[in-house]
Amino acid sequence: MQLTRRDTLIMGAGVAAVTLLPLPSLAGAWEDAIAAFTEGGEIMDGGIELTAPEIAENGNTVPISVSAPGAVAIAVFAEGNPNPDVVEFQFGPLAGAQSGSTRCRLAGTQNLHAYAKMPDGSIGHTVVSVKVTIGGCGG
Amino acid sequence: MISRRDFLQASVAASAIYGASGVGNWARLAAQQVLTQDQLLDFKKTGNVTLIHITDIHAQLKPVYFREPEVNLGMGDVSGLPPHVTGQDFLDLFGLTPGSPEAYALTYKDFSALAKGYGKMGGLDRCATVINSIRADRPDALLLDGGDTWQGSMTAQMTAGQDMVNVMNALKPDAMTFHWEFTLGSERVREIVDGLAFPGLGQNIFDKEWEEPTEDFKPYEFYERGGVKIAVIGQAFPYMPIANPGWMFPEYSFGIRDSHMQEMVNEVRGMGAELVVLLSHNGFDVDRKMATRVSGIDVILTGHTHDALPEPVMVGKTMLIASGSNGKFVTRLDLDVRDGMIMGFNHKLIPIFSDVIEPDADVAKLIDEQRAPFEDQLSEVLGTTDSELYRRGNFNGTWDDLICNALISERDADIALSPGFRWGPSLLPGDDITREDLFNCTGMSYPNAYRSEMTGETLKLILEDVADNLFNPDPYLQQGGDMVRVGGMGYHIDVSKKQGERLTNMTLLKTGEAIEPGKTYIVAGWASVAEGGADGPPIWDVVENHIKRQGTIQLEPNESVVVTGA
Repeated sequence: MQLTRRDTLIMGAGVAAVTLLPLPSLAGAWEDAIAAFTEGGEIMDGGIELTAPEIAENGNTVPISVSAPGAVAIAVFAEGNPNPDVVEFQFGPLAGAQSGSTRCRLAGTQNLHAYAKMPDGSIGHTVVSVKVTIGGCGG
Repeated sequence: MISRRDFLQASVAASAIYGASGVGNWARLAAQQVLTQDQLLDFKKTGNVTLIHITDIHAQLKPVYFREPEVNLGMGDVSGLPPHVTGQDFLDLFGLTPGSPEAYALTYKDFSALAKGYGKMGGLDRCATVINSIRADRPDALLLDGGDTWQGSMTAQMTAGQDMVNVMNALKPDAMTFHWEFTLGSERVREIVDGLAFPGLGQNIFDKEWEEPTEDFKPYEFYERGGVKIAVIGQAFPYMPIANPGWMFPEYSFGIRDSHMQEMVNEVRGMGAELVVLLSHNGFDVDRKMATRVSGIDVILTGHTHDALPEPVMVGKTMLIASGSNGKFVTRLDLDVRDGMIMGFNHKLIPIFSDVIEPDADVAKLIDEQRAPFEDQLSEVLGTTDSELYRRGNFNGTWDDLICNALISERDADIALSPGFRWGPSLLPGDDITREDLFNCTGMSYPNAYRSEMTGETLKLILEDVADNLFNPDPYLQQGGDMVRVGGMGYHIDVSKKQGERLTNMTLLKTGEAIEPGKTYIVAGWASVAEGGADGPPIWDVVENHIKRQGTIQLEPNESVVVTGA
């Protein structure tokens, strides 16, 4: 059986629904949220891809996708949101691909951080900036 | 300012890469100081493939005056690089003579005086003559339309783009891509595209709900020309749902999507493409950046930013072509493609001097047929102008000053805002202003004027946001047109600063007092992208009333915006 992108997206959305917990986070304390995920693992740039639009078409629903081959978990944090946790994907040993997609709400122009936890506890990291604009006045 | 020699070495590097290939026809033409149709069409046929590029016609079926920008700032790495070169610098860079036909076609200097001598430019019947002549030389030439074709005139407005579709079909394009087309509504776009004999392309047109490529528009098309397998990939304007009303095309998401672009390039290469052409509506700076991030594109036919460059710009191995707007130019690009590589080329940005190039009789007749039902409305004279009326440029043009003045007086406002559209042809001092002229600068599908209260803080927030969409040093973060035009208020702008810090000295002109963050002002504007638009009258009614009241338009030079940091 071949999974289509739509199927994986639905699965990803399911995962997102489970893990989008309203964690009690201190305002602006996105570093704390990241530390809770990385658990002191060595953080290295790369090993994970985060795809997001350069400019959000609608800051209320910004499509993002992550992929980190071999990861056991991937988490995304929005550094400028009141609650920085965006999504955490957990992958079992039988997972066909370590990737997922969801949509998130962004309070304004900010960086999105994605972390991939590898089986040895090391952490892959990438950061992507997403601009949220009022718009209008086009060309 | 970089010298012409540096520019040639840095960006064109034509002779080094391509041997005896040809650029620079323009300077020779300029030296002769005479224009004939044969001269304009003169071209040394080269290689085995011909591309014909026309873009951003903005529904201009007939010849127009179109003044090129005086201020066209490039930010960051592209500061001072073409196309961010204007006036005398532009003439120096390309070796053109002041006062020559080329100076008139490509720069703003002495525009009205030169326009009286050299006449209007464009007209799709003249473009047809040029295209037919190229096809006579190379019958299987590819004609590629970069979009912004179906919007920008009264007849396009009245027929929802049908006039343009009918005339363009007579020119027989091989593909097109899109921007303002979608402001006709996605249903209308699909209806038209379904009836075209050629594909509407856009690799970045995605299904919004599923975030995957839509099946309604193809990403690319293959052509076999001169024994060469050519792939043309389309790129629609990336920021349509932000810059224009997204509710008019709710099914689609756009975006730059350069990783998907790379997938498409790899896919067509894998299918045997020997020449990969990107038909783009990204805008020149976005295309220039994309050429550094996506490998394997041979030629980018740029659009959106209305730049006209008489020579290609090289970015690595990718050749960028800029063919202007409003039907003023048609580009012919001949390529010698062998063993999957460009071995040589010849390029000409053909200026469509309407008094020199004979109109194609069939297309002229077809254009007249499109206009006939509206001729009385089109030709009605609303007033005259003593001032040169133009729009194009990063800050206020006189057409927008006129629109802002109309908004302030007709809508009883303190301050007026008018979008920084790049479309909209020019008028010369002494010209009548007809309703057609007014629609050429206002004709679009969300024209209603709004009148609302805004605090000084909100005004600053809006202007800072728009400024960042034009002056962010990263072209991928530049989403819109030129700077929003402002009436009734002056300001200073340091374009080199960050968002939130660019604007200072915001002043209410009628009192000379500083704009206060907490104070409320009456602001009139138009072209709201909010769902449903505004409930006021269409802007053309507002401006028509103003022109009729004034009789003769006289505009003082607008010195209310002070620009630094460029």
